[in-house]
Amino acid sequence: MADSLEFTGACPIPIQQYPRILLAHGGGGKLMHQLVEKMFLKGFGHPSPRAQHDSAVLTMPAGRLAFTTDSYVVQPLIFPGGDIGSMSVFGTVNDLAMSGARALHLSAGFILEEGLPMETLWRIVCSMRAAADRCGVQIVTGDTKVVDKGRGDGLFINTAGIGVLEHPLLISPDSVRAGDAILVSGDLGRHGIAIMSVREGLGFEATLQSDSAPVAAPILEMLAAGIEIHCLRDLTRGGLASTLNEIAQAASLRLCLEDQLIPVRDDVHAACEMLGLDPLLVACEGRFAAFVAPRDAARALAILQRSQAGAARIGEVAAEMPAVVALQTALGPSRILEMPSGEQLPRIC
Amino acid sequence: MCLAIPGKVTSIEGDDPIWRTGKVDFGGILKEVSLAYVPEVKIGDYVIVHVGFALSRVDESEAKQVFEYLREMEELSGFKEGGP
Amino acid sequence: MKYLDEYRDADGARQYAREIARVTTRPWNIMEVCGGQTHSILKFGLDQLLPEGVTLIHGPGCPVCVTPLELIDQALEIAARPNTIFCSFGDMLRVPGSAADLLSVKAAGGDVRIVYSPLDAVKIAAENPASEVVFFAVGFETTAPATAMSVYQAARKGLGNFSILVSHVLVPPAMEALLSSPQCRVQGFLAAGHVCAVMGCAEYEPIAAKYHVPIVVTGFEPLDILQGVFMCVSQLEEGRAEVENQYARAVRQTGNQPAQELIRQVFTVVPRKWRGVGEIPQSGLGLRDAYAGFDAAKKFGLSRHTVEEPADCLSGLVLQGRIKPPECPAYGKRCTPEHPLGATMVSSEGACAAYYRYRGLAAVKAACETQ
Repeated sequence: MADSLEFTGACPIPIQQYPRILLAHGGGGKLMHQLVEKMFLKGFGHPSPRAQHDSAVLTMPAGRLAFTTDSYVVQPLIFPGGDIGSMSVFGTVNDLAMSGARALHLSAGFILEEGLPMETLWRIVCSMRAAADRCGVQIVTGDTKVVDKGRGDGLFINTAGIGVLEHPLLISPDSVRAGDAILVSGDLGRHGIAIMSVREGLGFEATLQSDSAPVAAPILEMLAAGIEIHCLRDLTRGGLASTLNEIAQAASLRLCLEDQLIPVRDDVHAACEMLGLDPLLVACEGRFAAFVAPRDAARALAILQRSQAGAARIGEVAAEMPAVVALQTALGPSRILEMPSGEQLPRIC
Repeated sequence: MCLAIPGKVTSIEGDDPIWRTGKVDFGGILKEVSLAYVPEVKIGDYVIVHVGFALSRVDESEAKQVFEYLREMEELSGFKEGGP
Repeated sequence: MKYLDEYRDADGARQYAREIARVTTRPWNIMEVCGGQTHSILKFGLDQLLPEGVTLIHGPGCPVCVTPLELIDQALEIAARPNTIFCSFGDMLRVPGSAADLLSVKAAGGDVRIVYSPLDAVKIAAENPASEVVFFAVGFETTAPATAMSVYQAARKGLGNFSILVSHVLVPPAMEALLSSPQCRVQGFLAAGHVCAVMGCAEYEPIAAKYHVPIVVTGFEPLDILQGVFMCVSQLEEGRAEVENQYARAVRQTGNQPAQELIRQVFTVVPRKWRGVGEIPQSGLGLRDAYAGFDAAKKFGLSRHTVEEPADCLSGLVLQGRIKPPECPAYGKRCTPEHPLGATMVSSEGACAAYYRYRGLAAVKAACETQ
């Protein structure tokens, strides 16, 4: 493992000379070389030039492996509680955790927009390194491209990850059974609302921060404790509604939820009321839903709550079809929580 | 029209009524809102806000009547059930 | 949130539901006018708390959905122009015109921006003097004061690059249009609370008297709507037809005077076409001559065309309570939320869209309750 960096350290690319990314930084020549060596390799902990190679050769443990990839696009690049860099590391490590896998190695591909400030890129690289260290993984390989100004939204990141499964379970919607308890790992909607709070025109003042965070630890703890986990899924775009509808359809089972058990913080609730958004459709970044065997539900919940206060049991899997998500409202009657169609937009009606 | 929510006025800026604004606290989030249509509003008042404009001041005594009505009906039905 | 969450109390809701059942001796049809009220009814399942005989007929949905196709097409035309920033509330972005919607114009390169307030559009105009900035002014009377102020402030600031595409509609004429058919089955109304916060309650008195219908000015939270229904049913049972104010914490009898004054200064009443209903006289707002420079329809010389409403759209009959959505031949076939023919399907709170989404709910509900 490479030495840890001074993350308040100055940007290693000489800023006076190159305050911004140029097309040449993706051109394969000297400038790109300098960027990769001084910024990425150093930032991700490979100070030796010999580490530069087209592919990283690794020794894998025996058994089942999990492999995932995700691309990250977010505006603004740096938001309350995180940035596109930390999000891209946590997001992929979390995706591996959704199979119950322990992350081993990550790759990071960057598409940089010409004109992106070098300071911003360095800050994001440092953030990725800090996130990777926190997760116990290293970014071992990557790629850099530069696109013309106006074609890139500043920065896009793709991360792929490999992890190892150290348990015998098949964690997937196929394993979901009637009677399973449905748990969520924490309160909902912080990420989407944190992004909204700094969005042009819709912004408001709040101490609210994104919930972007690694979630592998409580999952590995549950596995170590012998909890019979049937399915895990993170709650990203489309929020709880999207995730649970996907699982209901994949498992061909009906899910029954109780609205008043679903944890939502007061400030997230207030922001949703103001903009006319449904917190159940708002994106999270460090939250997941867990389907566990009913006899393990209480123990599973205790583990989740130790990791994130606010984790809660929100419902259970019912019998067969229809494969919808039924939500019992606070007043008693039920309604269907639908799969969202498209991005949820603020409304005045 | 519809989506308007109550919030507490925490600060006020501007003397000219047309340009008067305030920071309104909605359960923990703050938004700057035009107070042009509620010249009588003071710091600490609750207002109903729609698309960035306070449209009326919440009347605190009227706010209770929804619950008082329920209490009265409960007492009435208790009286009826008690009966002679 | 204070003055909001306490009106969602489950015990209070059940108590109001019992009271409604206690006073109901015959079937009644009540319409809630405002889409926000419909949203609350669907979100909390309030209609399921009512006794069998009390039917809530959902209103047109909202001003977004009654915006005629011609106006949306004009909006799309403006949004596609170069050097033009088109500002709109989020609701409008997915409402389809004849061929496209604002989201697809945005995808094709139009500068379409969501704003929370019309003042945000004024700010964008001030910050982008080289661009034309147009605000899509949609809304009932609740939103008219905000639009009026945006025009007034733009005028004071001398922002020649700011204009609005006006689609404001008025509630009382629409209610009259519904009631004017002798076959209309709506017997009572929950009037839109926030509209009345602006306009006051007086303009509903002549309607209540002429058509002998009770009109209860109602709020938006579960206890508000249930109390409003209780007050309306009580009137119906007693044969009364008065205007009452359930939402007194926010609505004064005379409404908001400064807001009404600025609306009168900036706007004048004009006829307006309502999608799925047709043209209703004196039912909209248009800019006065003094503010004509801010009228986007005049400024951009937009094509004035008439779009024929699909002949098989029966929104008008649904709104009058004469048919239920599934009785419309186009319902679920030619007309779905993805391909809506009229306002009641365009809006997710419209009567037809609500029916469509909750088909099959009864079976699910019964099954869940046996768990």
